[in-house]
Amino acid sequence: MSTPKTLYDKIWNAHIVHSDPDGTCLLYIDRHLVHEVTSPQAFEGLRLSGRKVRAPEKTIAVPDHNVPTTENRDDGIDNEESRIQVEALDKNAKDFGVNYYPVSDIRQGIVHIVGPEQGWTLPGMTVVCGDSHTATHGAFGALAHGIGTSEVEHVLATQTLIQKKSKNMKVEITGKLMPGVTAKDITLAVIGETGTAGGTGYVIEYCGQAIRELSMEGRMTVCNMAIEGGARAGLIAPDEKTYEYCKGRPHSPKGSSWEMALAYWKTLFSDEDAAFDKIVNIKGEDIAPLVTWGTSPEDVLPITAAVPDPESFSGGKVEAVRRSLEYMGLQAGQKLSEIEIDTVFIGSCTNGRIEDLRAASEILKGKKIKKGMRAMVVPGSGLVRMQAEEEGIAEIFREAGFEWRLAGCSMCLAMNPDQLEEGERCASTSNRNFEGRQGYRGRTHLVSPAMAAAAAITGKLTDVREIQ
Amino acid sequence: MEKFEKLAGVAAPMPLVNIDTDMIIPKVFLKTIKRSGLGVNLFDEMRYDREGNEKPDFVLNKPQYRNAKILVAGDNFGCGSSREHAPWAIADFGIKCVISTSFADIFYNNCFKNGILPLVLPEDEVDTLMKDAEKGANAFIEVDLENQTIVSSDGEIFRFEVDPFKKHCLLNGLDDIGLTMEKENHITAYEAKASQQFPWA
Repeated sequence: MSTPKTLYDKIWNAHIVHSDPDGTCLLYIDRHLVHEVTSPQAFEGLRLSGRKVRAPEKTIAVPDHNVPTTENRDDGIDNEESRIQVEALDKNAKDFGVNYYPVSDIRQGIVHIVGPEQGWTLPGMTVVCGDSHTATHGAFGALAHGIGTSEVEHVLATQTLIQKKSKNMKVEITGKLMPGVTAKDITLAVIGETGTAGGTGYVIEYCGQAIRELSMEGRMTVCNMAIEGGARAGLIAPDEKTYEYCKGRPHSPKGSSWEMALAYWKTLFSDEDAAFDKIVNIKGEDIAPLVTWGTSPEDVLPITAAVPDPESFSGGKVEAVRRSLEYMGLQAGQKLSEIEIDTVFIGSCTNGRIEDLRAASEILKGKKIKKGMRAMVVPGSGLVRMQAEEEGIAEIFREAGFEWRLAGCSMCLAMNPDQLEEGERCASTSNRNFEGRQGYRGRTHLVSPAMAAAAAITGKLTDVREIQ
Repeated sequence: MEKFEKLAGVAAPMPLVNIDTDMIIPKVFLKTIKRSGLGVNLFDEMRYDREGNEKPDFVLNKPQYRNAKILVAGDNFGCGSSREHAPWAIADFGIKCVISTSFADIFYNNCFKNGILPLVLPEDEVDTLMKDAEKGANAFIEVDLENQTIVSSDGEIFRFEVDPFKKHCLLNGLDDIGLTMEKENHITAYEAKASQQFPWA
């Protein structure tokens, strides 16, 4: 009998092109996603060395980080550097013949939303992108992770990566989630438990009833933030929901090819008794709606809690917490539910999918955002935006007082004009609360879409369960 | 890529934990389509005020650390985004070695592609080197990749571990793509097999 294998082991083994005695492997890459910020130097490298893209049919490019999200964006990008970067991707995609969704295409959006939406991301694949949130695609049972620009060039040229295998970690979320608790709260709860370095050196497989009961959108939210816990990748074994999501997408297999793929996908799970190097268990019932209070995603607490005292931490974290409270303008002991905010951002590769917009609109239906609040919703793709318009969700956002934007990364990292001003405080559905992330000296509190909507109404961080 | 063999220089202490890539190189500098010239913006928001004046308290602005070649940093250095602009900025500033108790995975790999040696040491050894770094301009730290040793300014020797393949590439300044191209027959063979086994992929 062969050794029981984890899902990660199985995908890894299926992609080994060559392995050295010291464990260094050349791993084949099935899908290479590309955006405008981390690719120009890689394409330039190919030109300088006279190399081609080895598999342009497996390479998918879309501009997302720099693109404006205002209605007039077809007129062009005002910021010269941003425009040059997007134009460089236009040119590189054309010159090297890769699949491309330009800004003008209805299918354009955040690369990690476009990939699954178009059926590029499928179970059992290896997926990489010059972007740390590539972990998102792990929701399909694909081994997906971010790479640097040198590695982008390596994949473009060879369709492989030089890799050493990570360790296996199992994160089990047992039982059911309580009302008002979402996939975002699960992923924040895991980071709160393990810390931002807790996953370093591991690939996480998320499992358990609470994970199984999530939709594909929710699973993408969970895997998206695996990187914030330091893990190389997050994975969820495919099941009926996965197959259902993939079926009929433009680039998913059809006919007999679909049947063949399906038979293979059904082998993609961790064998009983497969060995994990680390196991984390969290009870779904114990997870509350969460918010971050500091400048690291591990700085997370239930909305019912208070800002912690730096002295309650140990080691280097004491100074880090002191620094982050000063940056955030918060006092130890202050109740999180009394923190006033002036901006709300709903969107990003973490929470810019249709289900996220539905959840926020449920809270907003028939209500208005607080006077003076700047609230923005940025759908993750042109197709998500279109669907939300068809479902009447866009109208709910508009009537509540939200700006209804075009697709892009927007205020998640503020490379386009959507930025916080100095001192502004935002309830955000994005993934990072780092210093300056959403704008110079802007302050970020990470929350779920429903919590963001609740905060928009009351003007402060709010327990969504009190709104419902 | 430039070869990394031995390095001796002043080490700058940055004991803060979780120094993320947004701190190392803020996003406004990611709009470049080049790799070079980012050193001046390394740690930009910590290093300069809004008007672009140097903040005198920031470590790399202090006279004794302006030419630092080594950085001793708090745990989980380089967490956050995959931007290779972070190691590009570090290398362009002149820092060729970063020492910490742990690094974020993508940043760690990116360093090796740019002639930077990221070193993971146990907490007590990082503490010792941090104190050494705090001594300033008189405290030279030596790093010897071939022998995998660090010598503190007091002559204390620490051994470090490094992946043999990564060490080989760094010592010889090897380009990964060239090395992989030598295995092209393996890639072609894999593709032929995969097209039968996974025709949809």
